[in-house]
Amino acid sequence: MFKRAEETGAPALSFTFEGKPLKARSGDTIAAALLAADERIFRTTPVTETPRGPFCLMGVCFDCLVEIDGVPNRQACMVQVEEGMQVRRQSGSAEVIS
Amino acid sequence: MSATTKNRYDVAIIGAGPAGMAAAVEVTKAGLSAIVLDEQPAPGGQIYRGIETSDEKRTKILGPDYAAGRDIARAFRDSRAEYLPGATVWNIDSALGIDVSLGQGSKHIQAGAIVVATGAIERPTPMPGWTLPGVTTAGALQILLKANGVVSDDVVFVGSGPLLSLIAAQMLKAGVKPRAIVETVPQSRYVAALKHLPAALGAASYLLKGMAMMLSLRRAGVPIYRDATGIRIEGNGKAEAVTFTSGGKSHRLETTSVALHQGIVPNQQVTRLLRCEHEWNKSQHCFVPKVDEYFETTMADVYVAGDGAGIGGAVAARLRGRLAGLRIAEKAGRGNAQERRSVTDALMREAKIRPLLETLYAPSPEILAPADETLVCRCEEVTAGDIRKAVDLGAPGPNQVKSFLRSGMGPCQGRMCGLAVSEIIASRRGEPISEIGYYRIRPPLKPLLLSELAALESEEAVPVDLADESAALH
Repeated sequence: MFKRAEETGAPALSFTFEGKPLKARSGDTIAAALLAADERIFRTTPVTETPRGPFCLMGVCFDCLVEIDGVPNRQACMVQVEEGMQVRRQSGSAEVIS
Repeated sequence: MSATTKNRYDVAIIGAGPAGMAAAVEVTKAGLSAIVLDEQPAPGGQIYRGIETSDEKRTKILGPDYAAGRDIARAFRDSRAEYLPGATVWNIDSALGIDVSLGQGSKHIQAGAIVVATGAIERPTPMPGWTLPGVTTAGALQILLKANGVVSDDVVFVGSGPLLSLIAAQMLKAGVKPRAIVETVPQSRYVAALKHLPAALGAASYLLKGMAMMLSLRRAGVPIYRDATGIRIEGNGKAEAVTFTSGGKSHRLETTSVALHQGIVPNQQVTRLLRCEHEWNKSQHCFVPKVDEYFETTMADVYVAGDGAGIGGAVAARLRGRLAGLRIAEKAGRGNAQERRSVTDALMREAKIRPLLETLYAPSPEILAPADETLVCRCEEVTAGDIRKAVDLGAPGPNQVKSFLRSGMGPCQGRMCGLAVSEIIASRRGEPISEIGYYRIRPPLKPLLLSELAALESEEAVPVDLADESAALH
């Protein structure tokens, strides 16, 4: 599983993923903060609704697309966590996956 | 370094990795105005990601080659180049006008010359299970370590290349022992690579570093499986295990984290958008833009420095950036021939290790010819079999396959499947891949919000055809 290799003392930020409160460190991208919390599934695909998670973490693959504060299609690996952000999985279908 | 104040620059540089930063320093030293546009919030590119914020402990884990980025970033910060972080270039017109998305709006910049320093991406590695959550590129894990100090404690590394063992060794230093390394290098490659060894001795420091990395992994007891074939990643909704054959035996390694790597290839999006000519580099097994000795492309005043001009590594990237910068200054009547020659000489020394690496770590035969049921286009979920069928129905190239199947039409716009699709078509048609070519890349280079288009500063700067299919996003 993923974990922090070190304590840097960077200030902590609070945000939510699927309504669940999580902590991030200042400077974390959403993808990094979610992976550090061992969250793997970021979205489901539009075609077959299968789960996906971050693949490249450098803005190339678009597999980490999430909904941030109501705006869909955001790359979790390119957006830094801000205090109070509400992040949701991007669902390929109308139904929210569990 | 100053904030952006205007819209016209002698030079616009896209990318703030070693090539972009070095080019910016050279052109501003010669008195030209320059702006550096970069997607990330801080300079360094992927190779020096997090270089300004990485503390002593993390920098020690990442090693002296990474630490070398500090001076490069400092020189860039000290230069007179303007720097626009968080900036995504989404279109460039033939008159070198650049449209940039800043998240909250778009900006139009007019450049006299452009240095494309957008570097490399990891080669697409289609194989069974490669889309499961928990499967990443090896580079992704390195980015997590560099930028965030986040590591996974049960990684199975799969593939080949110097980066694979480097990242595994860095993980070890960070205190998390990789679960295993599953190498895909066929035995025969070692023999084929031998003939390049004498030349590689001219860059012996790289060889020694590679050997030291492998030694540290072996000493730590990291299992290394050689010549692995039949690789599959299994899992129900998430990666759970890697299965493969090595040494005549079947293996199954349970893990939640699989890191894939088959080398890196130039990020072609910008040079393809600009319709620069590209050619197939047989040794590197990828398309590279055609460049002259100063890294100018077939489009006048457009340069491509760094790994985007063919994979050369971080040291070469910086040198290429300098060379492109010196050439631009020279064209503006501010040349420095002596410095240019010394950079050229250094580049030739850097190149000595490449033939050995390229022969030994050429992509594995399995990922070049994925099974019919393997997903190739991750976005639109198109399999290798679908592509072969489209070829059999008469699709002669990637753009017709794209029209048939939507491969390359999803949000990644072909970045993750382009090379694999061209490869599959070439092999199905029995034609050289140089004849098959690559996707036609159109603006916007990345999906953007209509509100950003609406917020463009000047009305005349809307060169994008909104009906274009590549703008489509689910």
